[in-house]
Amino acid sequence: MTRISKRSIIKAAGWGSLAALAALAGCGKKEEAAPATAASAASEPAAAASAAAPGKLKVAFAYVGPVGDGGWTYAHDNGRKMLEKELGDKIETSFVEKVPEAADAERVFRDMIGQGNKLIFGTTFGYMEPMLKVAADAKDVKFEHATGYKGADNMRTYDSRTYEGAYMAGVIAGGMTKTNTLGVVGSIPIPEVIRNIDSFTLGAQSVNPKIKTKVVWVNEWFNPPKETEAAQSLINGGADVLMQNTDSPAVLQTAEKAGKYAFGWDSDMTAYGPKAHLASSVINWGPYYIKATKEALDGSWKAGPDTWWGVKEGAIDLVSISDKVPAELKDKLEKVKAGLKDGSLVIWKGPIVGSDGKEILAKDAAADDKFMKGITFYVKGVEGKVPSGDKK
Amino acid sequence: MEALAHLLHDTLNAGTVLAFAALGMLINERSGVVNLGAEGMMLVAAIAGFATGVHTGSDWLAFAAGAGAGALLAAAFGVLVIWLNTNQYATGLALSLFGAGFSAFAGIKYTQQKLSERPHFEIAGLADIPLVGPALFKQHPMVYVAIALTIALAWFLYRSRAGLVLRAVGESPESAHALGYPVRRIRLLAVVIGGALCGVSGAYLSVVYTPLWVEGMVAGKGWIALALTTFATWRPARVLLGAYLFGGVTMLELFLQNQGVEVASQFLSMLPYLATIVVLVLISRNAAFIRINMPASIGKPFFPGS
Repeated sequence: MTRISKRSIIKAAGWGSLAALAALAGCGKKEEAAPATAASAASEPAAAASAAAPGKLKVAFAYVGPVGDGGWTYAHDNGRKMLEKELGDKIETSFVEKVPEAADAERVFRDMIGQGNKLIFGTTFGYMEPMLKVAADAKDVKFEHATGYKGADNMRTYDSRTYEGAYMAGVIAGGMTKTNTLGVVGSIPIPEVIRNIDSFTLGAQSVNPKIKTKVVWVNEWFNPPKETEAAQSLINGGADVLMQNTDSPAVLQTAEKAGKYAFGWDSDMTAYGPKAHLASSVINWGPYYIKATKEALDGSWKAGPDTWWGVKEGAIDLVSISDKVPAELKDKLEKVKAGLKDGSLVIWKGPIVGSDGKEILAKDAAADDKFMKGITFYVKGVEGKVPSGDKK
Repeated sequence: MEALAHLLHDTLNAGTVLAFAALGMLINERSGVVNLGAEGMMLVAAIAGFATGVHTGSDWLAFAAGAGAGALLAAAFGVLVIWLNTNQYATGLALSLFGAGFSAFAGIKYTQQKLSERPHFEIAGLADIPLVGPALFKQHPMVYVAIALTIALAWFLYRSRAGLVLRAVGESPESAHALGYPVRRIRLLAVVIGGALCGVSGAYLSVVYTPLWVEGMVAGKGWIALALTTFATWRPARVLLGAYLFGGVTMLELFLQNQGVEVASQFLSMLPYLATIVVLVLISRNAAFIRINMPASIGKPFFPGS
């Protein structure tokens, strides 16, 4: 009697645990997928159906973060929505969020191809290698990769000049600081981020030559508590206007708490810190997504040259400028924006001196894109050294 | 000197987040149950606390909501592993994944929200002492609660009868059972309290420390808390020390960068982990000491009557 009951208990426990585990895991998955479907269903009901209507081009997006990150991925998804609005009758879009920058990405791309997508956007640097691999096997599919540098016959690179947004933010920061000390929370020391820190400093120095910029690296794209700590440490060090190249609004939020100023990055972040928020440097991916998709539709799509759009093409803007910014500073910003738009203002033009005092660009020499994609040094005014050392 | 005061202030604050979760896991593991779901519980508690904070404007209600959310998840976990004897490690991992997904789902409409202005806390009189004042006495009350909790917990474990019973359940559930103690219910209680403390930690994070909600914002603190408990050999004071140490080295790393010290920041980012492990391993390097403090039946299922 006892033996039987014991065995049946164990058996029941086993099944129970299996069922419970399955339920738990199932729930986790379902809930994770829910925001995606909820978001897309709300904005474009037509896209929800997975079976393609005949004749419609299927376009897929792979995102590194959640759509709700309020920053980088949020901006990409706004671009996708814009594309959907513009060409919704000819195409069908879908997306997968939180795709890690690792082997998993390849599986996601192959899955997208299996579902009949003919144009695939990969929206982070780390997708480059998996995408190249998949592109070699799927010649009839077109691949678009954001912020990379490798391409193929059916894969090309697009990017936006985020440093123009950083420069414009710098102009405001230079006029608003009282301590002449700016602070930047850096993510990972790669050229794109270093270029933004430099451009931010150059922008600030264009209105206030005494500017110094302090940089603290967190070595991650997304870690709100650590971003908070980094921002706090910059404020403790005397910085009173902050910028960040990380993906969450934590830095702005910290500035709000400490009564300092900060900027939004990638997306409009006003809501997170209305008092601290000076402006948001935003990326508008929509125009490029529309252009690339149109090319794929009419057959004019071809690999290369790389696209690098900025203020001129409407891909970069500084928005939601605070009322605290005085009118003359706003005028100055408008002039900068106009200059970037018509090409009369070149940010990376000599004389530019490195933080070690050596001249980097001689007077009136303008940097080309190749030079700018390889910036691994600080300009004068940025304190400290680039963490990865001086590999020039 | 003022920089030092800032450093001390931020260290205590950063350590507090970890301390609650790690102390919770300590109680949990002292009963012989490992719950790897700390990260998931903290995330769900973070959104529960944040949402409560947004709607009520009260920090204390937010902490209560976080504790409640953590306790609820922990109770579900407890029933699974204690009564149905599912694998503790697998179930804990499932809880972690579930928490990440569920909190993201529950938090959709809170991503752009903001908490109302909070008053700054300080202890009148003491806060005006130069240097020490701002560092030690201008803290959120929860910083002191964490210290009080550590002391209370140490007393409970080593000086009270109930603490002895809890330790007995973690050491040898069979013996405790033979003596007539309800092993399963004691374990469940420990698991629920552990979850509640993880919940307090999550809510502190989203309401006080980084007052906003973004998906995945706990960013690994739950895992660090779990590791801390083990490296501190399940002793309350060491857990608190480890939490401050981890927070302190993190703040020091950022502080050094701020000062323009020329050390690779990638190396500095590694330091908090390295320093905490090294120090805690050094103070606990006595093998007999570890054997005495480690709950002997940790992670093992218990079948009454077998």
